[in-house]
Amino acid sequence: MGWKSRLPLGLAIAFIVVAPAIFGSFTITLMNYIGIYAFAVLGLVLLTGVGGLTSFGQAAFVGIGAYATAWYTAVHGGSPWIGLLLALLLTGLVATILGAATLRLGGHFLPLSTIAWGVAIFFLFGNIDAIGRYSGLSGIPAITIGPLSLGGNTAMYCFIWGLLGFVMLLCRNLLDSRKGRAIRGLRGGIAMVESLAIDFFRMRLAVFVLAGMLAGLSGWLYAHMQRYVSPAPFDIRPSIELLLMALVGGAGHIAGAVVGAAAITLLKNALQDVLPLFTRYSAQLEVVAFGVLFVVILQKARAGIVPMIARYLPRPRLVVPGQVPPLARRGRPVVSGQAVLTIQGATKRFGALAAVNDVSFEVKGGEVLGLIGPNGAGKSTLLNLITGTAKPNAGRIMFLDDEVTKLAPRDIAGKGVARTFQHVKLRPNMTLLDNTLLGTYSRTRSGFLAGAIRLDREEEKSAQCEALQQLKRVGLAEKAGELAGSLPLGQQRLLEVARALAADPVLVILDEPAAGLRSLEKQILSRLLRTLRNEGMTIVLVEHDMEFVMNLVDRIVVMDFGSKLAEGVPAAIRAEPRVQEAYLGGVA
Amino acid sequence: MTPEIALLLAQDGISTGAIYVLVALGIVLIFLVTRVIFVPFGDVVGYSALTVAALQLRQMPGTVWLVLTLATLATVMEAYGLVRRGQIRGLPKALLLYAVLPTVPAALVWLVAGRDLPMWVGIALTLAIVMPISPLLHRIAFSPLADASVLVLLIIAVAVHFAMSGLALLYFGPEGFRSEPITRALFELGPVTISGQSILILASSVIFSFLLFLFFERTLTGKALRATAVNRVGARLVGILPSTTGAIAFLLASVLAGICGILIGPVTTLYYDSGFLIGLKAFIGAIIGGLISYPAAAAGAIFVGLLESYAAFWDSALKEVFVFSTLIPILIGQSFTSAAAIEEEIEEEEREGTA
Repeated sequence: MGWKSRLPLGLAIAFIVVAPAIFGSFTITLMNYIGIYAFAVLGLVLLTGVGGLTSFGQAAFVGIGAYATAWYTAVHGGSPWIGLLLALLLTGLVATILGAATLRLGGHFLPLSTIAWGVAIFFLFGNIDAIGRYSGLSGIPAITIGPLSLGGNTAMYCFIWGLLGFVMLLCRNLLDSRKGRAIRGLRGGIAMVESLAIDFFRMRLAVFVLAGMLAGLSGWLYAHMQRYVSPAPFDIRPSIELLLMALVGGAGHIAGAVVGAAAITLLKNALQDVLPLFTRYSAQLEVVAFGVLFVVILQKARAGIVPMIARYLPRPRLVVPGQVPPLARRGRPVVSGQAVLTIQGATKRFGALAAVNDVSFEVKGGEVLGLIGPNGAGKSTLLNLITGTAKPNAGRIMFLDDEVTKLAPRDIAGKGVARTFQHVKLRPNMTLLDNTLLGTYSRTRSGFLAGAIRLDREEEKSAQCEALQQLKRVGLAEKAGELAGSLPLGQQRLLEVARALAADPVLVILDEPAAGLRSLEKQILSRLLRTLRNEGMTIVLVEHDMEFVMNLVDRIVVMDFGSKLAEGVPAAIRAEPRVQEAYLGGVA
Repeated sequence: MTPEIALLLAQDGISTGAIYVLVALGIVLIFLVTRVIFVPFGDVVGYSALTVAALQLRQMPGTVWLVLTLATLATVMEAYGLVRRGQIRGLPKALLLYAVLPTVPAALVWLVAGRDLPMWVGIALTLAIVMPISPLLHRIAFSPLADASVLVLLIIAVAVHFAMSGLALLYFGPEGFRSEPITRALFELGPVTISGQSILILASSVIFSFLLFLFFERTLTGKALRATAVNRVGARLVGILPSTTGAIAFLLASVLAGICGILIGPVTTLYYDSGFLIGLKAFIGAIIGGLISYPAAAAGAIFVGLLESYAAFWDSALKEVFVFSTLIPILIGQSFTSAAAIEEEIEEEEREGTA
């Protein structure tokens, strides 16, 4: 990797290391606060920037962490390290409960409820006798490591920034691992995520709990540095400041946490110096300034500081893994001619409209089945029924020997059904390689911890190898390091095919893969599908390009007005008068 | 708890709930038409109540300065936008809308503040000066990002709330205000005494809800607002400008907020930041209705009012905890009925992430 892309990081680390030797106590204290905020902001970066969720109540989690350790160490005289454990457990638990309640709901319900519980927890802190009501708890001991006490400013500085560096490294590793990619995929929407055999809700919950625990860690440090806690710093307003830090720094970047925390803390400090010169309500005017800043940033520079700097740095080059053992393939029990997918009397009604009406057919192992029909014939709804995105009102769907009618999309995907989408669903801000790697999710095992401490490298290399292999098949290997959003539509469709293939599926469902493809790309796709068929892959193809379909498929099912109109080999379908009527409105 | 107390609490709860109804209706109205979750709504209620009180105390209400500041900002933004696009001919209209119209009530209030005014004059002036606040906020903070995701709009709304409440402290100071009751009548109804103010609140709530209903059902503008709520693109195709309907929605909501402030001012002592909690509680009512239905939001708001009243009797310090915590079971209940909403939402954020 080029030294240039690492230069800012190196400079930042050098600055942090030499800071205690240069600056006085006041600046070091300020930097301690920056570090402590950065933990909570890091959680928000994962939650908001990466995961696409927003919390207006993150300071409440900081408060839970701070109060947990304060109560245990100051009231009960316990060790700060047990206090840490307690802080993490309690924030994790509260986040799990709140997340389980709200994460199934659409976008704005979660942030709204975070406002409500942020306010509720603040009032709760202020009304419990055991934690000192509004006057808070004092007499919290300093953290000790063996004989070493972290009561001093500089000792705390070293501890906070050392720990922050370590935690940031873990987070970076995590985002670059199997689970981290799934988190980065969350913003692609539930349909895409579940089609990759990833549990959308649990992944959202996981990142929410992770963010909560990072806030809890921040609270633990805060309590033991301040040696005193009261409800005020955990109100809704500090929550907003944390969110502002994440936005200013660059919510999509881990480094954004520190940059944002530093920028806002320094700005706040400057305002506190200047504003009292003008008014006696300087604290409130500070809020006004922040509110205005917030609106201006969202209107003018929504990406934040880090992406502005990153633009001038060279992108890190892709490292191609050498010889590695390939990923294990799915045991493929499919005999040519055996039924892979069986649809029996599938019916789906939307009110009075039967979008799919009593449709039955079979897809046999190793065949390419074309599903055609005019617009509104019910093809997409049928695909939704097969992939589990919608549930039929009547009928059964069997995959191999199992009934999958009532299974969730992720479970059907896990059984070996991969798909592409009519409206391409990719993650434009991830590289081609990362997008394709998402496809290997169901074939790999590494969890959060393995990803964070890099125990997953062996498996990761195999997965990368597999992904590159699939990219090569669709003719995109040399672009593997580029961002998916930079591809033209046709190549995005091919990338989706590569992602589907990376799952080593038994059945591939392609929803209009040739739409928007140029003639050369169509040839690549057509050649690829032929190769796949020869390898024994079973394919369902929904397509409007008749030439493309007729030359490729073994059999065709025609749908019209929700019902199956005809089924047979291409030549027979072409000769079928009813099909001609459906398409051309009657034979001339 | 004796039946008398229960009845008293119910009466208290319903009259608080009636205020929340008006706030909740305004919140749902703005959300449906513009997709903005207007968190500062409560602050506007607060400004209204404090303005009435300040006029009664013969003080200059800070609302004058707020409106003038907002009007200046909006005028500059609008004029700059017009000039940059080369639409100089639009300038007079922009000046009229963003500079002249808001300045008139501000100037009136500035002229008469400090004198002894009949109550109805104070109320009318308050309503007039509060009216431009929300549309101006719409122009300054929200309309430049009208196509952003609900989430971005929500973050902006929260930021605007903080700016508004900070300014409120600056303008009104930290003291609490309580305005004169509009009526001092008392009615005996069996075992309970009902204050005229309570009846006034309830009646206003019913009347204005009904007027809102008529507006949506019987007027072309109301139908245009509904059309925008159902389908923004479709509305644009038939010649309805979402920016215009958005401004109208904010204007209506501002009127509702003004009325709320006037009604609640005499009932309880309000501080510069009291509006936020009023707004937040009304939100819970609106969320009970799923943020999509006016009647359901109204019912939810009454429920919140009753809940608050009984919770306060049980433990007045923890009543806020109680009210806000009910949101969690409510949301759990809704998560089983409206899971489909997730998809659209996230797809929408996607675009802005790549921009």
